[in-house]
Amino acid sequence: MSKNKSEYLINRHDNQYEVVIGLEVHAQVTSESKLFSTSATKFGAEPNTQVSLVDAAFPGMLPVINEYCVKQAIKTGIGLKAKINKRSVFDRKNYFYADLPQGYQISQFKDPIVGEGKVILDMPDGQKEVGIERLHLEQDAGKSIHDLDPKNTFVDLNRSGVALMEIVSKPDLRSPDEVNAYIKKLRSIMRYLGTCDGNMQEGSLRADVNVSVRKKGSKDFGTRCEIKNVNSIKFMQMAIEYEANRQVDLIEDGQTIDQETRLFDTKKNETRSMRSKEDAHDYRYFPDPDLLPLEISDDFIENLKSEIPELPDEKKKRFIDKFKLSPYEANILVSDIETSNYFENVIKKSDVKLATNWIIGELFAALNEKNLEISESPISAGNLSKLINLIKDGTISGKIAKTVFEQMMEGDKDPKKIVEEKGLKQESDPKALEALIDKVIDDNRDKATEYKSGKVKLFGFFVGQVMKVSGGKANPQLVNEILKKKL
Amino acid sequence: MSDITKQSLSELVENIKSKKLSSSEVTKAFVQRSDKSKELNTYITEDYANALNKAKKFDEKPNLDLKLPGIPMAIKDLFCTRDLRTTAGSKILNNFIPTYESTVTQNIWNEGAILMGKLNCDEFAMGSSNETSFFGNVQNPIDKNLVPGGSSGGSSSAVAAKLTPITIGTDTGGSIRQPASFTGTVGLKPTYGSCSRYGIVAFASSLDQAGPMAQNVKDCALLQEVISTYDEKDSTSIDFKRNEYSKELTKDIKGKKIGIPKEYRVDGMPKEIEDLWKKGIEYAKDCGAEIIDISLPHTNYALPTYYIVAPAEASSNLARYDGVKYGFRAEGENLIDMYEKTRSEGFGAEVQRRIMIGTYVLSSGYYDAYYLKAQKVRKLIKNDFDEVYKKVDAILTPSTPSSAFKIGEKTNDPVSMYLNDIFTVPVNLAGLPGISIPAGHDAKGYPLGLQIIGKAFDEQNILNIAYAMEEKINFKNNITDWWIK
Repeated sequence: MSKNKSEYLINRHDNQYEVVIGLEVHAQVTSESKLFSTSATKFGAEPNTQVSLVDAAFPGMLPVINEYCVKQAIKTGIGLKAKINKRSVFDRKNYFYADLPQGYQISQFKDPIVGEGKVILDMPDGQKEVGIERLHLEQDAGKSIHDLDPKNTFVDLNRSGVALMEIVSKPDLRSPDEVNAYIKKLRSIMRYLGTCDGNMQEGSLRADVNVSVRKKGSKDFGTRCEIKNVNSIKFMQMAIEYEANRQVDLIEDGQTIDQETRLFDTKKNETRSMRSKEDAHDYRYFPDPDLLPLEISDDFIENLKSEIPELPDEKKKRFIDKFKLSPYEANILVSDIETSNYFENVIKKSDVKLATNWIIGELFAALNEKNLEISESPISAGNLSKLINLIKDGTISGKIAKTVFEQMMEGDKDPKKIVEEKGLKQESDPKALEALIDKVIDDNRDKATEYKSGKVKLFGFFVGQVMKVSGGKANPQLVNEILKKKL
Repeated sequence: MSDITKQSLSELVENIKSKKLSSSEVTKAFVQRSDKSKELNTYITEDYANALNKAKKFDEKPNLDLKLPGIPMAIKDLFCTRDLRTTAGSKILNNFIPTYESTVTQNIWNEGAILMGKLNCDEFAMGSSNETSFFGNVQNPIDKNLVPGGSSGGSSSAVAAKLTPITIGTDTGGSIRQPASFTGTVGLKPTYGSCSRYGIVAFASSLDQAGPMAQNVKDCALLQEVISTYDEKDSTSIDFKRNEYSKELTKDIKGKKIGIPKEYRVDGMPKEIEDLWKKGIEYAKDCGAEIIDISLPHTNYALPTYYIVAPAEASSNLARYDGVKYGFRAEGENLIDMYEKTRSEGFGAEVQRRIMIGTYVLSSGYYDAYYLKAQKVRKLIKNDFDEVYKKVDAILTPSTPSSAFKIGEKTNDPVSMYLNDIFTVPVNLAGLPGISIPAGHDAKGYPLGLQIIGKAFDEQNILNIAYAMEEKINFKNNITDWWIK
């Protein structure tokens, strides 16, 4: 256990408590059709327009496995550096609900398709490894809509039968920040692989959070509570904080914690009991007799391995080794496949150091302000590359570049054209600069005298004046040199 | 031709192909006889007008290359039929009209056959006497108030009474072979994976198989040839080389090794069953087969194993009948109340009993002791067969431990009812093909059947043995048309 300053502990009286968290992430498999039927999976379609007889569980309908979803799950397993199980079994999880047409969910219970793996988190004080317990494939349920009618519930089966990967972590997470980093890393890996789009608003990624607390230094796990179906990182963090404090309060109060399933109320910012262990469903899992065990050959797995792209950890290493980026910079640039692609396109023809600073600095800030993803950036990688080259070869100053950049954000314009049209080219002719400087000194005789008598701070004033007079175009380095001589 | 309905399927096909009969004539004859036979209660849904129309259309442009050209056929109401009500013998589906066709029935229509209607069966195929049907008992044409067996009781009765030239049933634990035995007809349960389960209302997925029910072995072989296809829509369908069973049918079974399992001599087996079996052995010898005594040591455990596995799967398969999407719904105060009322009123007592057994054996804390153990025993039963099939080509047993019983005789004694399946369930558990052929009568003149069990995918072999023995047995069903006034 690390003893660093960012350790997340809950203090009560003289006791310090550590929080133990495990996540069950439900990630929707990116696939045109459902796990056991040929229905479409497009988000936002009209209710009940993407439902086959199989999805609606008509009599005599049978599931047939979608090979593409199996490939996606295996790829994800490879991305999680996990063991791929060559034999896995689909089980039925039996329970009644209006949006579960079969009366059971087809899932994997004893024999999942993917076994143990790991995810590396980059935390401020170093790397942390989080264990993956398993990944299994299962069907999503439909959606019950309770608020359209005072008496009736409406059911939309578009989601019924959509493929999900349930990714279960080991109880290795210790703070809301680590949960944040874990979800982001998982999302990043799956987006690199193209196996889940990670869109939390659309419900493509959601999680059940298991939380327990224990006194710092204890090796035993406390009793855990499961918080169901939290669909944003922020809510996960809030739920964990609330839940951990609630459990600590109970312990400090001499009470015991009941193992139960809880819900997070996003309005009241609290967790509420949903059902106790005693009320837990008996799902009566058993192997689905409509489906044979899934058997996968070594060749099948090897072929998929050859399709795996460079993943964030490897890319980060390459960026550090090859481009001499700092780990911090590399982390930011590889966090998202779109960002890293953008970066690599920019540096094809321009300076790496400048590109890194401009992307992480100006571009991210500007996109943030406009609430845009990098894929929606008004400035193409090609044009940002041109801008950087204009700075590098001295055509414009860094300051002018910011003006040009702002204009580029208004619509993807070629920076060279902006510089030409607006006459923003940097003044680097020493004679022209001397004339400017002479005039400034002349206009500020008193200050020049003060400077000469020892008030050296005034040097900055003169630089500023020269830049102002030049309309920002004067080459700052030359201005410095000439001013020093003249003054 | 007044004797159309007395003809076998093969004869009818021949007569239509040679244009001695039209499809309309044949269809009309069977429709008329069916219509006069309402007392048997074989039909749940009649589709006579459509059938006659289709026959007319067939005759306008007859395709005589088909295997079942213009042949009318009524089928068990467990097969989903497009635009025709499919009930599975249950109130819970009594208003259900599929928009799709089962693969097996589609195969039949593709070969030119014409649907006459849907035949009665035990509710969700759960029963051995057709008494659990929501649509009432079926009469065995052999004698008044005699059960026709089950669950394919409407099918066996209809074939024996010649209301349909041939039919299909489904067999989960004996539901084709036992009713065939009770009605003096032939019934084949194919190898698991031979016929697609797509579009058949599921009872127990790992055991259910569709199969032909016919007046004789040749007809049975012809229909098996039509219905058995590999189907990608059923993940348990098996892609193996299928014979042209009727063309390859032969009575030459000389040298075939037929095993007689000692464990099938169960306690309390009536002497007439014992005698029938002995007679069967003699017939087989007469045909040139070699008789070998064998042992299937785990036979005793087959019935209890079956009554764990089948209800377990059924409890889950029947969860979809919840009043939400289709079928019967009872209004309730809330969702749970609606579920309870719908399923209490929609399912009959036997179905509810099996759902409860199945739910129990799968529940946490009991799973290992029941379901898991049953799966292990199932494997042992299969191993028994694998072992003896190293020495023999087929196995000969009685089909049932008794002849048909009276309606109501066993309804209050489920265990005694379950015992009816004692010779048939091991075959389902092992996924093997089995055929029941009529082989004699008991003292009351009721038919008795013999079962021939084959190796997996070896339907041809048991059909051949049945074909050869059929000739030696020369069975005649004694049906008086007592129900026709």
